[in-house]
Amino acid sequence: MMPDLGKYADAVLSAYAVSIIFLIAIVAASLITGRKARAALESVEAQEDQNDAH
Amino acid sequence: MASLWEYANPVKFLRTSERVLPALWILSAACLAVGLIWGFFFTPDDFRQGSTVKIIYLHVPSALMAINAWIMMLVASLVWLVRRHHVSALAAKAAAPVGVTMTLIALGTGAIWGQPMWGTYWAWDPRLTSFLILFLFYLGYMALWAAIEDPDSAADLTSVLCLVGSVFALLSRYAVLFWNQGLHQGASLSLDKEENVADVFYLPLLVCIAGFVFLFFALVLYRTGTEIRVRRARALTLRAARGA
Amino acid sequence: MRALLSRDLKLAFRAGGGFGLGLAFFLIVTIMVPLSVGPQAELLSRIAPGVLWLGALLACLLSLDRLLALDWEDGTLDLLATAPVPLEGALSVKALAHWVTTGLPLVIAAPALGVLLSLPQPGYFWITISLALGTPALSVIGTFGAAITVGIKRGGLLLSLLVLPLYVPTLIFGAEVAQRGAAQQDVQTPLLMLAGITAGVAALMPFASATVLRMNLR
Repeated sequence: MMPDLGKYADAVLSAYAVSIIFLIAIVAASLITGRKARAALESVEAQEDQNDAH
Repeated sequence: MASLWEYANPVKFLRTSERVLPALWILSAACLAVGLIWGFFFTPDDFRQGSTVKIIYLHVPSALMAINAWIMMLVASLVWLVRRHHVSALAAKAAAPVGVTMTLIALGTGAIWGQPMWGTYWAWDPRLTSFLILFLFYLGYMALWAAIEDPDSAADLTSVLCLVGSVFALLSRYAVLFWNQGLHQGASLSLDKEENVADVFYLPLLVCIAGFVFLFFALVLYRTGTEIRVRRARALTLRAARGA
Repeated sequence: MRALLSRDLKLAFRAGGGFGLGLAFFLIVTIMVPLSVGPQAELLSRIAPGVLWLGALLACLLSLDRLLALDWEDGTLDLLATAPVPLEGALSVKALAHWVTTGLPLVIAAPALGVLLSLPQPGYFWITISLALGTPALSVIGTFGAAITVGIKRGGLLLSLLVLPLYVPTLIFGAEVAQRGAAQQDVQTPLLMLAGITAGVAALMPFASATVLRMNLR
């Protein structure tokens, strides 16, 4: 299944590994901060609604 | 102080991006998967570069996006300065870390590709050097956003920085070309995008580029939504603190 | 505007104005380089033009945060912004004052420091010329960096991060002139580029500097 990368196997595989790690990192970081921001906004808006109701 | 939050634009943005994002994520995942698998498993080796040619499927798209991300930030900064659309300013802010990631991938794959090709992990090749300088410009931009409290001030200052930076980035590009060409005659070390990439490599490369483009848009839309929410939460908190 | 210039110059030359610090730093860096790369004259003479350029550039950089900081603190900048003199002109004058008090001394000191680094004979002329042409650009670009970070507490490091990439073209062409001159090669292209960059920067950058300063003063 794996193509014969010959003597360049290390280079090719590490290049792919590095890239994929970076891509996963930016996507994960974005999703995590996104979820946190969403939750924070919801709680602040809930506070607002509570305050307005008084 | 100006009205707390002109909710019109950002609300519309959030609503539209919510609808578009799922498709973008799926498209980017699909293109990346297809392109990379096709390129990695189903293309032959290059006559000169052996199997390292497979790195092209990551190096070229990321390098393209590193530059395009900055251009997008430039346009968004101009829109902010002229039209004062908050979403535009926040989109530029959101795009920077994505651009940095692309730059790092381009630098990393470039260096790793360089080792078997040039015998060294780093060579002050004009292209790699330009990307390193671009990395510095990104860092400065992000650092400025982080250093300024007031969001509108931050948007203003970073926008001008982006403009000025773009001019100097272009100048640097030419200076670096001169700097290396001028010192060393001989074989160009750069991995030529303009070099005739044979069809068998070209098609999976296109798919990979598409994947990176979709990913960029997905990430920027998503991150801009995050910035909008952060800003709104901050504004609400400030208002509550003042009103209380 | 002449009044502005003389005021800034007087302030810089007074005790505590920081005059001479740039020069001292230039000297220190020049001494540190052989200490770090070794004393072989042949190596030093090859890197001398570049090292001198780098030292001068860093010395300029370090004196930038005091360019606007004091006037920011005591409110002078607000006055300048509302004065009949256009802010762009005032900032050009400030850049000029910075050059006279920081860049110009470096230009004069460079040949002396070149001796320490075994600068080749033909290089003396070219290091002086290239620094003379390039350091004004460093002052003008530095003014932009100072204006953009003027409100930020302890913004010195950020200032460096923002300004150094902007210095790259001037550094590359300036060092090229010095290097080629020392090797008695043709310097025409980098010389023209260096002069062009300085001219363009001096003409256009004050507008950007004034813009960001106004943003900060709001």
